[in-house]
Amino acid sequence: MIRKVRPLFFLLVVVGLILSACTPAATQAPSEPGQPQVTVEKVIETQLVEVEKLITPTPGPVEGTILVDGSSTVAPITQAVAEEFAKVYPQVRVPVGISGTGGGFKKFCNGETDISDASRPIKPSEVELCQKNGIEYIELPVAFDGLAVMVNPANNFASCLTVEELKKIWEPAAEGVITNWSQVREGFPNQPLTLYGAGTDSGTYDYFTAAIVGKEGASRGDFLPSEDDNVLVQGIAGDTNALGFFGLAYYEENTDKLKLVAIDNGDGNCVLPDITTVSQGTYQPLSRPLFIYVNRARVDEKDEISLFIDFYLKNAGELSREVGYIPLTDEIYQLAQKRYDNRVTGSVFEGQGSTIGVSLADLLSKE
Amino acid sequence: MSTLTALKDVTFERNLSFRKLKGKIFEILAFFAILLGIAMLLTLLVDVFLDGLPWLSTRLFTEFPSRFPEKAGLRSALQGSIWLMFLTALMAIPVGVGAGIYLEEFAPQNRITRFIEINVANLAGVPSIIYGLLGLGLFVRQLGLGRTLIAGAMTMALLVLPIIIVTTREAIRAVPNSIRQAALAIGATDWEVSRDHVLVYSAPAILTGVILAMSRAIGETAPLITIGALTYIAFDPKGPFDIFTVLPIQIFNWVSLPQPAFHGLAAAGIIILLIVLLSMNALAIWLRNRLTIHW
Repeated sequence: MIRKVRPLFFLLVVVGLILSACTPAATQAPSEPGQPQVTVEKVIETQLVEVEKLITPTPGPVEGTILVDGSSTVAPITQAVAEEFAKVYPQVRVPVGISGTGGGFKKFCNGETDISDASRPIKPSEVELCQKNGIEYIELPVAFDGLAVMVNPANNFASCLTVEELKKIWEPAAEGVITNWSQVREGFPNQPLTLYGAGTDSGTYDYFTAAIVGKEGASRGDFLPSEDDNVLVQGIAGDTNALGFFGLAYYEENTDKLKLVAIDNGDGNCVLPDITTVSQGTYQPLSRPLFIYVNRARVDEKDEISLFIDFYLKNAGELSREVGYIPLTDEIYQLAQKRYDNRVTGSVFEGQGSTIGVSLADLLSKE
Repeated sequence: MSTLTALKDVTFERNLSFRKLKGKIFEILAFFAILLGIAMLLTLLVDVFLDGLPWLSTRLFTEFPSRFPEKAGLRSALQGSIWLMFLTALMAIPVGVGAGIYLEEFAPQNRITRFIEINVANLAGVPSIIYGLLGLGLFVRQLGLGRTLIAGAMTMALLVLPIIIVTTREAIRAVPNSIRQAALAIGATDWEVSRDHVLVYSAPAILTGVILAMSRAIGETAPLITIGALTYIAFDPKGPFDIFTVLPIQIFNWVSLPQPAFHGLAAAGIIILLIVLLSMNALAIWLRNRLTIHW
């Protein structure tokens, strides 16, 4: 009997699986290869023209390789700059690695790279390592990133959370204690709370803990961490009890699957992250600047680095917006350019690591 | 006496149907076991193909990575993978096959040989990231090779070496002893026996092992990320001492981007990697079926 049923059964299971695989893909399909893509291409073309207008250097027979490594958050910006840079200086090769902010600094302070991408300022331990190896660096801000706090769309009560409430959820003492939404605020339903967050090796985690808990790297351990933000998106989208945090760029691609939580920085105003609130610094304390660190000695050894940095600071505003980040103000880009032209080494954050709620313009113009 | 046999038959009959039932149950369980494996594989394949097919085009072979998904390609990653495979094979095959021949044909049967044999077998099970750390410490930093193709290929060669040694030994062991004895009897030296007989007859099986080892190496990501292979490369590698990226790293990079279009591109990259892998495995099977000598 089994012998007769077997092929039929097999077919049934296979067809079932194929169908189940089809459904999520089918909902995505129209947005991928179909019509919208045409409009995307058009937009890109106009953006390209704009970028080309921005470029005003004189292409020369410059050759060389500029090694860049570091934060995976900053990498898309550096890659975009490298891509445009290659159109003007095809002989200069700019490869970009993603070892993470910490991993990048380890290589940078060993002299293995010329430029390090960083999603937070350099830490005391890294300052020490660089000093030990005699590496001086120029710190340059390139864009803003908003850290978004997210819940499942089915969550209709948590539309605004205070920093105090977030601290209560994330501080180390909350481990195993704050496990229910009703404990977060009086009036929230009796519903379990599950937490998702960036992995502990990322600059994102460092910044979030510094901003919310008050101490870099301090948080409860019983949350689901992932270095891949898309995993966090899937996790929060499929869990009605979820709360999580990650870069704003990932929210913007998944607005239908996630609900953004406004942040109240203790003054009673609920602020949602967007281009204006992040770049003007009203979305606090979760707006953070992104940086590149340039090896001071290599600037003199390799002429192409200065060309690349000039190009970077001129076009970072435009290009960071294209890849999902928020541009700095023109004033800050000019201050950064001045800082580079004067070869000012060291960190404006005095090697303290993640620093919360300070104005970049103030810090840069002080020097 | 006749009642006795009748009694026996009754219990035998009863037991028989029960035993047959047990057999059936086992058959069903085994059937589900194979079904589960195949179904998982099919789901995975169907999912990848649905996501990736719209993005599959020749552009993937001719273009460098880009921030615009409709302009992005795998050119540098493909070249990196090909370079890496070539250099890995160049280093791993002579050393691996040589070690296999020595252990099987020449090594004295003593404690040291057994110790080496056990360790080679254990090395085959060491997680690949460990080889990456070794490669970073030894080749990239100690030997000062930097994050180059040659350092990556040396790391990969170490990774596949145990697999090649083990399959070479198995292939050589399958050559009947009578062949060796016949050759020795007419005056061939040990080296001549190995070169003209053992190696020739075991070559198809050794080749199969080598191809399978290479197809493992082409899919590896962790050790290469550890030694510092880069993720964004928009130029052709110039030679073994150039920096590089490979297919799995490019796929990993695209998957981690927020834009869904890049996830489609990653799926297309997976399809290309799968095609390369399956054709390598198919070649191995074809060679085995065609060249194997039946004694």
